[in-house]
Amino acid sequence: MAETHAHATEAGDDTTRRDILYIGTATFAAVGLARGVVWPLIHQMNPAENVKALASIEVDISQIPVGQQIKILWQGKAVFVRHRTANDIAKARADDTAADLKDTSNRPTDAERVVDDKGTSRPEILVLLGVCTHLGCVPLADRGDYDGWFCPCHGSHYDTAGRIRKGPAPANLVIPPYEFIEEFKIKIG
Amino acid sequence: MAHQSNYNPSNGFTKWMDERLPIIRLGYDSFVEFPNPRNLNYWWTFGAVLAVALIWQIVTGIVLAMHYTPTVEGAYASIEHIMRDVNYGWFLRYGHANGGAMFFLAVYIHMFRGLYYGSYKAPREVLWILGMLIYFLMMATGFLGYVLPWGQMSFWAATVITNFFDAIPWVGGSIKTLLLGGPAVAEPTLNRFYSLHYLLPFIIVGVVILHIWALHIPGSANPTGIEKKGPQDTLPFHPYFTVKDLFAVAVFATFFAWFLYFQPNAMGHPDNYIEANPLQTPPHIVPEWYYLPFYAILRSITFDIFFLKAQLLGVIAMFGSIVILFFLPWLDRSKVRSMRYRPVMRFFFILFVLDCFILGWVGANSPDVTVLGIEAKNIGLFSTFYYFAFFMIIMPVVGMMETPKPLPEGIHESVLARSGKGASKHADGDA
Amino acid sequence: MKMKKAKILTALGLVGSLALGTGSALASGGEVHLKHEHWSFDGYTGSYDQAALRRGLQVYRDVCSACHSLDYVAFRNLSDEGGPSFPEKMMKAIAAEYEMPGIDDEGEPIMRPGASPDYFPSPYANTTQAEAMNGGAMPPDLSLMAKARRDGPNYIFSLLTGYEEEVPHDVEVLEDLNYNPYFPGGQIAMAQPLYGDDVEYADGTEATIEQEARDVAHFLMWAAEPRLEERKTGGRKALLFLIILSGLMFLCYRMVWSDVDH
Repeated sequence: MAETHAHATEAGDDTTRRDILYIGTATFAAVGLARGVVWPLIHQMNPAENVKALASIEVDISQIPVGQQIKILWQGKAVFVRHRTANDIAKARADDTAADLKDTSNRPTDAERVVDDKGTSRPEILVLLGVCTHLGCVPLADRGDYDGWFCPCHGSHYDTAGRIRKGPAPANLVIPPYEFIEEFKIKIG
Repeated sequence: MAHQSNYNPSNGFTKWMDERLPIIRLGYDSFVEFPNPRNLNYWWTFGAVLAVALIWQIVTGIVLAMHYTPTVEGAYASIEHIMRDVNYGWFLRYGHANGGAMFFLAVYIHMFRGLYYGSYKAPREVLWILGMLIYFLMMATGFLGYVLPWGQMSFWAATVITNFFDAIPWVGGSIKTLLLGGPAVAEPTLNRFYSLHYLLPFIIVGVVILHIWALHIPGSANPTGIEKKGPQDTLPFHPYFTVKDLFAVAVFATFFAWFLYFQPNAMGHPDNYIEANPLQTPPHIVPEWYYLPFYAILRSITFDIFFLKAQLLGVIAMFGSIVILFFLPWLDRSKVRSMRYRPVMRFFFILFVLDCFILGWVGANSPDVTVLGIEAKNIGLFSTFYYFAFFMIIMPVVGMMETPKPLPEGIHESVLARSGKGASKHADGDA
Repeated sequence: MKMKKAKILTALGLVGSLALGTGSALASGGEVHLKHEHWSFDGYTGSYDQAALRRGLQVYRDVCSACHSLDYVAFRNLSDEGGPSFPEKMMKAIAAEYEMPGIDDEGEPIMRPGASPDYFPSPYANTTQAEAMNGGAMPPDLSLMAKARRDGPNYIFSLLTGYEEEVPHDVEVLEDLNYNPYFPGGQIAMAQPLYGDDVEYADGTEATIEQEARDVAHFLMWAAEPRLEERKTGGRKALLFLIILSGLMFLCYRMVWSDVDH
């Protein structure tokens, strides 16, 4: 501190040391608060344990007449389980290579759309999430140009395999996770 | 605001903004350049602690409201849902419950500091009154919130407190029925308490803004009680006081976190883990610790005076003990602010702090518990007497009679006088 | 400076001890002192003992559940981390041993086997039935018992082992009540529930009365505070973070103020 020169250098070092301390402290505080306070405040909005626990339901499908469907509520959303006629299946399979299949990435062939999570295939049972892939309305059954589903909100047409054929929806109806646990019982979720 | 603004907008946007809504200027003048007395001690950091506490309570409260159900059927179960199922629900709920207690702890320190250093005296009367208003709103908010978990203590606290109004002659019964929405605490009560518990904190925010505005007119008081005279007495708020306040907030947060994580139920009452039951009152009804002194004052009057019934007198005494604080600026007749220079008043002040602790103890215990052969209710009566005597007799009389110690010339001089110690410590720090 | 710091710390300590003091003052209402057990969930690093929780569950199911509900505990909780941590299959098997009300496809009320989202069923249809079946004294729900009494786990342990004690000469036990010094008032409607060997522990532990009482108290503490382990782990990290942050803030404060008198 005695010499002017030495003092100047020391002052410069001092400034750097200060900046490291200030920036270091601010960073440390920001990281800690983000993890310890901000994240809990956000994460509390994610599904709670009891909501997650209700994630799967079992459905009895023995009573669905051929050519009709049942609608069930799963996780607050509609699920269609349709008992298809031979004609429905034939029509869907014939259209596997149709030019107007807009979405070829989400299970485009009919055979792929009737396989459960364990690999069991039952072509007469089609399980679909009843949520239009456009803006989330519930499509109506047996309507539209392809005798599958028709969404009344903005006019999307789905065929008998639940594939989008016409209208604004971008993707095929989603197939939820499901499996056959008995001959006439499926577990969704 | 009160002082001249030295804000210079540095770029195009800030210039444009300054001509339309000078909010950056307001922030700069209030929290950056604002000249604060340089001799403020740690007791002055509790304002910042309280600001953080208020934000914490509002944020955790809003989040808890996303999961809470204000119905008699569902309230208690929804709290358990928060504690068990909601992600970090236990953290938010324990944080909000213990946060309320921490808020009161900080506000009491803040108030005792104002009392000791004469921060309520002219020209800061309105500042003090706004502070008392905030405190009163906090008490109301805390009480309303305590009812929401719908445990036994919630229910019976609501019953007991609303029965205060029964003591008011003629109209008391009607007022009580109006507050409860029926003959007793029930669903309508819970619903309106929830609504008001959500509303009041935002009114507190409004009054806090006025409180800070009123603070920035004369600026902070300081331990000497002498007004600042020039730049030699002050330091800019930023970085000097921002860093000091943040340090204090971090220390206080550590203290709070210890309760939240390791003693979350220490300040609560076990009976509130039993669902509300209108057919059975718990054996000991006790309010949260921060209300205990007032609860003691309420119970201390057990006799009628003339035609006034004891019940009414108790309620009057309890509300009076808060109302009297609003008149503090005019009850204190002393010309000197800080009790640092008022040894006699300081003695009575220390007694007053002890008195508040004793009242707290009395409030927590059954009236017939004895200490050294004296029944708690008699200790309570005497302590209540001292509480009022402190403000109504001691404060005006000592204020007029006491000869204060000589005051320093100014803030800077008082700092220099102590800096013999300060300078050597300074050197130590650099070595 | 040092003086000032010391003063603040003292003040904080004072108010802190006031807060705790009022708490413990409530406990000393002239009641007997509880027996004091060592619990693995106490302290800063406490966590539940999985084996004790599983044994405690067995005691609850074989003995307590005949009269006491456990409303806020779901079967799925038995698989929770930091709890009894049963593998999912075992948990579902336990759930399936219970019968829950449901409806069949025609909408007729039926009893179906319990599933993981279900909660432990109450032994009573409603509170009136609970009172009527127990001479007017409804057996309380046990989900939060360990937090609904001061020093809950020790209270539960003391109460369950307290029937053994001699009735003092000056106490006249009322009809239908039992002497237990740990129960407020000393007379309790519940008859002695545990005698030893009330359960046969799956893990081979000898089922003495103390062992059973300790295990069920341990289990009920978990039932009341299932997130305890998560809380304490988070707490250790939070305290470490805040202490370091306070230290850093203090250094910043000293740096900023180093060139001014104050």
